[in-house]
Amino acid sequence: MSTPTLSVTNLRTHFFTKEGVAKAVDGVDFDVAPGEILGLVGESGSGKTVTGFSILGLIDPPGRIVEGSSIRLNGEELTKAKPDRLRAIRGAEIAMIFQDPMMTLNPVLRVDTQMIETVQAHLKVSRAEALARSRAALVQVGIASPDERLRAYPHQFSGGMRQRVAIAIALLHKPKLIVADEPTTALDVTIQGQILFEAQRLCRDSGTSMIWVTHDLAVVAGLADRIAVMYAGRIVEIGRTADVIERPMHPYTKGLIGSVPSQNTRGHKLAQIPGMTPSLLKLPAGCSFKSRCPIAVEQCNTMPELVEHRPGHWARCWRAIAA
Amino acid sequence: MLVYIIRRLMQAALVMVVMSALVFAGIFMIGDPVAMMISPDASDIERDAVRASLGLDKPLWLQYLAFVNAAVHGDFGKSFLAGQPAMQLIFERMPATLELVFFSTVIALALGLPMGVYAGLRPKSVGAKTIMTGSILGFSLPNFWVGLMLIMVFAVLLPDLIPGFPRLPASGRGATVNVLGVRLSLFTADGLLHLLLPALTLALYKGALIVRLARATAREVLPMDYVKFARAKGLSENRIVGVHVLKNIMIPIATVNGLEFGQSVAFAVITETVFAWPGMGKLLLDSILLLDRPVVVAYLMIIVVFFVVLNLLVDLLYSVLDPRVRLESRAT
Repeated sequence: MSTPTLSVTNLRTHFFTKEGVAKAVDGVDFDVAPGEILGLVGESGSGKTVTGFSILGLIDPPGRIVEGSSIRLNGEELTKAKPDRLRAIRGAEIAMIFQDPMMTLNPVLRVDTQMIETVQAHLKVSRAEALARSRAALVQVGIASPDERLRAYPHQFSGGMRQRVAIAIALLHKPKLIVADEPTTALDVTIQGQILFEAQRLCRDSGTSMIWVTHDLAVVAGLADRIAVMYAGRIVEIGRTADVIERPMHPYTKGLIGSVPSQNTRGHKLAQIPGMTPSLLKLPAGCSFKSRCPIAVEQCNTMPELVEHRPGHWARCWRAIAA
Repeated sequence: MLVYIIRRLMQAALVMVVMSALVFAGIFMIGDPVAMMISPDASDIERDAVRASLGLDKPLWLQYLAFVNAAVHGDFGKSFLAGQPAMQLIFERMPATLELVFFSTVIALALGLPMGVYAGLRPKSVGAKTIMTGSILGFSLPNFWVGLMLIMVFAVLLPDLIPGFPRLPASGRGATVNVLGVRLSLFTADGLLHLLLPALTLALYKGALIVRLARATAREVLPMDYVKFARAKGLSENRIVGVHVLKNIMIPIATVNGLEFGQSVAFAVITETVFAWPGMGKLLLDSILLLDRPVVVAYLMIIVVFFVVLNLLVDLLYSVLDPRVRLESRAT
């Protein structure tokens, strides 16, 4: 494998609150190869969004990335980078797409303003040049009559269109990595399909790597090259999409897959994972999934390591093979 | 848009009718203006003559109808005392008040907005806490007291104690220049010096209001996704605060400032009295004391129109600041 675009090792992002330390992300490792799409799957509070924001250095106090974590972009250590350097990387080398397109564009600024400022934040170019680039980016994401659209305000766009604009903004500087935080969750299904298709095409065409954060396994199953499943701040399973979907090893992944409705489950009760995610403030010792796990044993009271059980397919479970 | 303006003006007309009727009845009940104007020794015949000459011998409703009839034709009557048309009296005084309020608004915005935004950005800093505590003083201290204290400090104490400290003028209006037929003191050094203390007095309350509003709105805007997205785009902090945050803060600031401006113009009475500022407020106070009904009525008519126009301007400003408002007006 070639050198990864992004290499995250032992990422720990903790929130130091009055009630205690919330370990939102606690020891996450993964690589993203050039042009690869990694699906980061997990339920609310699993740490997937915090992982995304950590990569961009956008964690607000009281949260911070704990000493010993490492995020390398093409070999450059980001956790030790100066704020100015991080600002220069954000938007240019790593771009982000947010969940709710209704909220990501500033309602009182025109689309051209919001695009031009992004261009000029990283390149010393004239306004006209920046406008031309913005226009090209809109065309690239399939927006018709871009000149008219540039002069419009965000509220004059539909949700899908706004997300396209947000994607166009992310693409302005041809970043090496795009972190997409549930970008299709707020859209209706047909638009969702279009955006997914668009994202896949853009990654293939430009060699951009992508981390697609979502709670929806069905979405990443058709999109991602590899899938990482997160639970309570840790990756519990990671591997090629086909492996993870067809031969999951971790009981949590199985539970997730089992709870996706399909044609075969018609007329049957949907399976669900019993219980709730444990509070991040007081995680139990050992495997954090054990209280909800159908196959938990005595051994689960000590934390299992992420082990490569099959080639390229890792799981954090004592009973990975047994399951 | 046109329909909207016409509707606004009709509302204004209605308010003017109600207002004038109230003032008419009110002043009629308070007392007899004639008694205030002529010497107590005057005979009943003289008294009746004056009363008849002013039209005060007729029943109240007839007087009111006569007023309405004249007002519709643009005549709001003459001051009982000065004999000049009431409107003319007011308009002569208006520039002084307007420039005072305008100057104080500029001061309040220039100081209040940065302080409020700062307090919103760093709510836990000592600076922010100092600003917020100070703002409570700003809108709870009574105006006349603040005015007197400013005079004490800047016109008396400091110049006395520190040699060479400029003694700020504490009363009256400075030199004026004629700008398009209006006498303004904003453009002379002496005029600005005279403006300083009264404007500061008015600005304290306004500034405190702006500080609190700007802080609250900044706290509301900062956690928004579009601010985080702006960070993710790699924008500089100056651009994020100065454009993305500030433009959203300006919307409520514009509303409150518009209302505040009208409020100050209409009722800067106390500050104008403390600083002997020859504005409209002092005229109103004198006219009420002397039961000079035409001036009081005309004054309130002007204030009604002023408020309506001001609100209209704020609405227009809205559409500049907030594109979502603009769309609706375009649709009609």
